[in-house]
Formats: sequence, C-alpha cells, structure tokens
Amino acid sequence: MRTIRVIIAKPGLDGHDRGAKVIARALRDAGMEVIYTGLRQTPEQIVDAAVQEDADVIGLSILSGAHNHICPRVVELLKARKVDDVLVVIGGIIPDVDVPKLRALGITGVFPPGTFMQQIVDFIRDHVRPAPA
Amino acid sequence: MTAGKRGTSATAEPTRDERPDRFRTTSGRTVDPVYTPAHVAALDYARDLSDPGEFPFTRGIHRDGYAGKFWTMRQFAGFGTPEETNRRYRHLLEAGGTGLSVAFDLPTLMGRDPDHPLALGEVGRCGVSIASLADMERLFAEIPLSSITTSMTINSPAAILLAMYLVVAEQQGAAWRDISGTIQNDILKEYIAQKEYIYPPAPSMRLVTDVFGFCAARVPRWNTISVSGYHIREAGATALQELAFTLRDGIEYVRYGVDAGLDVDAFVPRMSFFFNAHNDFFEEIAKYRAARRLWSQVMREQFGARDERSWKLRFHTQTAGVSLTAQQPYNNVVRTALQALAAVLGGTNSLHTNSLDEALSLPTVEAATLALRTQQIIAHESGVVDVTDPLGGSYYLETLTSSLESGARECFQRIDNLGGMVAAIEEGYPQREISESAYAAQRAVERGEQVIVGVNDYVEGETPDVPTLYIDESVAEQQVERVHELRRTRDADRLSRSVDAIRAAARSRDNLMPPLLEAVRAYATLGEMCDALRDVWGEYEETPAI
Repeated sequence: MRTIRVIIAKPGLDGHDRGAKVIARALRDAGMEVIYTGLRQTPEQIVDAAVQEDADVIGLSILSGAHNHICPRVVELLKARKVDDVLVVIGGIIPDVDVPKLRALGITGVFPPGTFMQQIVDFIRDHVRPAPA
Repeated sequence: MTAGKRGTSATAEPTRDERPDRFRTTSGRTVDPVYTPAHVAALDYARDLSDPGEFPFTRGIHRDGYAGKFWTMRQFAGFGTPEETNRRYRHLLEAGGTGLSVAFDLPTLMGRDPDHPLALGEVGRCGVSIASLADMERLFAEIPLSSITTSMTINSPAAILLAMYLVVAEQQGAAWRDISGTIQNDILKEYIAQKEYIYPPAPSMRLVTDVFGFCAARVPRWNTISVSGYHIREAGATALQELAFTLRDGIEYVRYGVDAGLDVDAFVPRMSFFFNAHNDFFEEIAKYRAARRLWSQVMREQFGARDERSWKLRFHTQTAGVSLTAQQPYNNVVRTALQALAAVLGGTNSLHTNSLDEALSLPTVEAATLALRTQQIIAHESGVVDVTDPLGGSYYLETLTSSLESGARECFQRIDNLGGMVAAIEEGYPQREISESAYAAQRAVERGEQVIVGVNDYVEGETPDVPTLYIDESVAEQQVERVHELRRTRDADRLSRSVDAIRAAARSRDNLMPPLLEAVRAYATLGEMCDALRDVWGEYEETPAI
C-alpha cells in the first residue's frame, strides 16, 4: 500500500498552531507523508495544495469558531475541481451543535480538544480510500 | 471512584505501588521524596530572598503582601459587537470585578477591517470587533476610564488601539496623566508562540519603543507592555521555558529601549509581565518567585537601573487554558481553583481565572461569574492572603525557585550566544524548543505517564451537556455595515492627510504615536492605518517548522 499523504492546514486568521504541529508530527511518526501549509491559508490555497500534492487527506485545524464558514468552502472547492477521493477531517474547538452540520458536509472526523493522536491516526487509516490498484 | 483506564481489567484503581519511584516537575526536574535543610544550605537569606518588599523581591514586591490590597480581579472578556461586550463589562464590574480586560477578535488583532476577505467568519468571534474610534466609543460607553484600569490584549496594532483608548478618555474628560491600564504590546512572543504578527521584527520593535517613549512623556501611569509567557506556555513550553523565554524577551525590550535613546528608569518601571498558572502547583509558585529575583538582579546589575520600581517585576496571571478539558468539563472548576491558588501564593498582582466551558466555546456569563467567584473565595475565605509569602522558607519551594533561576540563566546564555532574542526567533530556536515540549507532553498523556482525570483515566462515556455561548452571524453583518457607513460619512480630506502622515512617519524616525492619534481622530479604520504601515514595512512570514 502506498504511503498516505496528508495536508495539515491552518485556515483563517488564528495563529494557535500547537495542535496542527503536534498532529503533523504524530502522523509523520505513524509513517504518513505530511505537508504542513503554515498559517493563514485560504480555502483556495488549501485545495490547491491538496491537488498539487495528490493528497489523500486534508486535516484542518480551527480554534477560532470560523469552521462554519471555512469547511463548506473547502468542500465546495473540492467538488468544483471534481476531487472526490480526499478525506477531510477537522480538529479544534468545535461546539457539539456544529458537528451535525459538518457531518452533512461529509466531514465525519471531528476531533475536539483532548483527542488522542492515536485516534486520529487510526481514523485516517480506516477512512482513506484505498488507492486504485 | 470510577474505574480508570488502568482499572478496565476490573482490578480497579491505581495503588501506591503503581506509582513511579521518582517524580519530575513539568520542566523535567527530578523531585526528591522529601526536602531538608541540606537542600537549601547554599541559600543566603539577604542575598537570595530578603524580606518581602526588599531586593531581590523573591518574596514579593510589597512588604505587606495582600494585607493592604488584594490582587486585581481582572477577567478577560470580549465577543461580538462593542455593545454586547460593554454589557458584559458592566456586569463584571457590578459583580465585583476590579478591572477590565479586553479580548479583541482576530481581524482586530491582525489589523484587518471586518469587510476584508480574510475576516470571513472571524468577526466578533474570539473577541470584540473594533474597527475604528466609533467602536471604541461604544465599547466604553458609561464606563468612566478615570476610575477603572483596562488591560488590552493587543500586540501588532497595539499603538493604534492605545491611541483609540486615549481619544475616548479625552472625550470623557479624563486626563492622560491620570489614567492607567495596560497594552500587551509584546510582539516577540507573537513570533515565538501566538503568531499574531503583521510586520517584520525590526519595525515591530520600533513601534514598541515608540510607545515606551510616548507614554513615558504623556501617559506616565500606563503599563506600556505586558511581556507574556502565557502564550508561550499554552503553545507547549514547560514552566522553565516559559520563565526563561519571557524574561529574555523582557531583557530584549529593555535593550531596544536603551538603544533607542531612552533612559532605563524612564520606561522600565512601566513594563509588566504576564504568566500562566498551570497544574504543577509548587513549580508554578517557584516560577513567579524566580522571575522576580531574576528581573531585579538583571535590571540592577546588567542595566544599571537605579529606580527601585525598575527592579520590581509586576505581573498578571491567567490560569492555563490548555489544561481545560472538553471531557467532564466541571472538573475544570477544580483545576482552575488550584492554579489560581498557586498564582496567589506566588504573589500575582492581578489574576484571570478561566471558565469551565472554555474547551467548548467562549464563556457564558454564568461560567464567567463562577470563575470570578473562585478568586473571591480564595481572597475572602481561604486565609492564604493574610500572611505575605506564606510558603517562603519551604525547603522544597526554595530549592525549586533556585533551580528554575539557574535553568533560566543557562537559557539566557544560549540566546545571547545566538545573538539575542530577535536573532534566536529568526533562527527558529524558541519555536523548536516549544514544539518539542508540546509533542512530549501529548505523548506522556497518551502513554498514561501523565494522568489527566476524565481524559486518560477515570473516563466516563457520557459528557454532561454544558451550556455554551453562541455568536450570532448578524454580528459580522452589522460590523461590516458600520464600516461602510463610516467610510461614507467622515471627512475624506482630513482622513487622507492623516493616513499619508502615518506613511511619512513610518519612513522617518519620528515617533508614530502623534500621527496615529490624528488618524484615529479622523476616524480612520484600523485596517486603513495598518495598511499604511504595511505599505512601508511589508509583512512578516514565518518558515513553519514541525
């Protein structure tokens, strides 16, 4: 099986990157290839990076409450570019009431504070679509 | 007791036998099972401790501790529109809060107007949206700035928000010489940890020293900087790294101030600090005491400060946001109380206690009130405030204090060898150190080496429903509409002259405060003023390291 490729992205204006960096490192230690975009990336830049890097996963880190604006935009841009094999997951401060909205967008991996790195590694391994043989 | 993770095999709870033989503090310093006079044999009372109120101020900056006056109970708050935040402030003051502390939203922190594309989804969310003097007038309506002190957590655009505050004070008839408060204005920890920077280091440091100089002359009671370890700790630093990087940042600002031609004793007395209060109770208390000792010695010996006020490190403390858990959120009340107690026993000058719901959202008014009550219970019911530095002389605490002090001095040396803090930041040194600690801390939790109750032990399936604060989408629409209205109605000539004057001052070596004040009075927006500086200085971009 080929190596899972992950884009870890910090959209929005927030600079709290502890979670993004810890997860990036955990995924790398778990044998995945990780590209960290750095701070303040627009949804357009994130989707561009995912396409260019042929990523299997986009991991968004959002703590500012802007997820209701950013997530739909990322999903919409992926659709517009006919990308249907990228798993989108999100970590950060996400109130329970927003989780169903994210699920409706197809974002089923929602990881609040206190999530173990191993849970995220396992979720990605279980949900990434196998690459065509 | 609920069976914990280690108890899932039905043989239940951890026993003494399962505990390790030796323990370490969060900074990795080994702890002995018991402390005796032998541990403190090298301590010299007059040199290392002295009485409270005496150099080197290890035991506190006031001879009478909290007997004269409690710390300032200053709860950080801000969300939505200026009117909503104004109502929360008036509630906190009526509930017995003794100072205000403004949380700005991300567009404000980053110097962007609410209608900027990058502000999408962020307006009023993590703090209050302040786009111009008009918003600042609304924020402090019916709050007399002459009789309260206000702390503003603002960094890259700090000079501009200070200018807005000064103009509101002036409108209320309060003299600049009499008002007091704090702007965070600590750009170095932004590059290191919180990452809300706009401009490159050199012009950013010049903005900081311009504020030092202006306030020394015109707003003498204003605290011109709050050198912050809080965010460094939240980003993953240990207690020792927080202490060392923060004090070294403070030293860097003093050096830049002196190099800008200011007299040490003209601006250092108005510098203040801001620390975290985390879980390791004694190590936190030791950290505050070591910070006071280090600062007084460095200011007197290295910078030749003569004014006693330059030697005294004053600090605000906030309990550790990062220690709050989304699981079993009511446990957070207990964590916060212990952390707050450490801050008080360490002699904090002001304190913010976090609310139990902050791993989920911004705090509700009920949760914020309970957090304030926690401070009031420590102040009025616990009795710990009746004696100054009641733990002074503890073999353990004094050993830890000295150990943190020497660890910090070693770190100062490494940073000096890199060419100073600005050079160390550009090289990525503190950022890397902090990332390493953050990763190590998370691994310790996942391996069960560090128990977090409700997270990796004593876990329950169900999370109780905690009410959370929800920010309405209409906030953004309203703030955008207001900016558009403002742009239509203000004096266009006065505005463009004032913004041009900012650019001209940025190119010269003139102090930036006077042109910023004029642009604020002309109702320039925050984004317009920050853009004028962007035109001249450009923007900073970090090379991310993982």
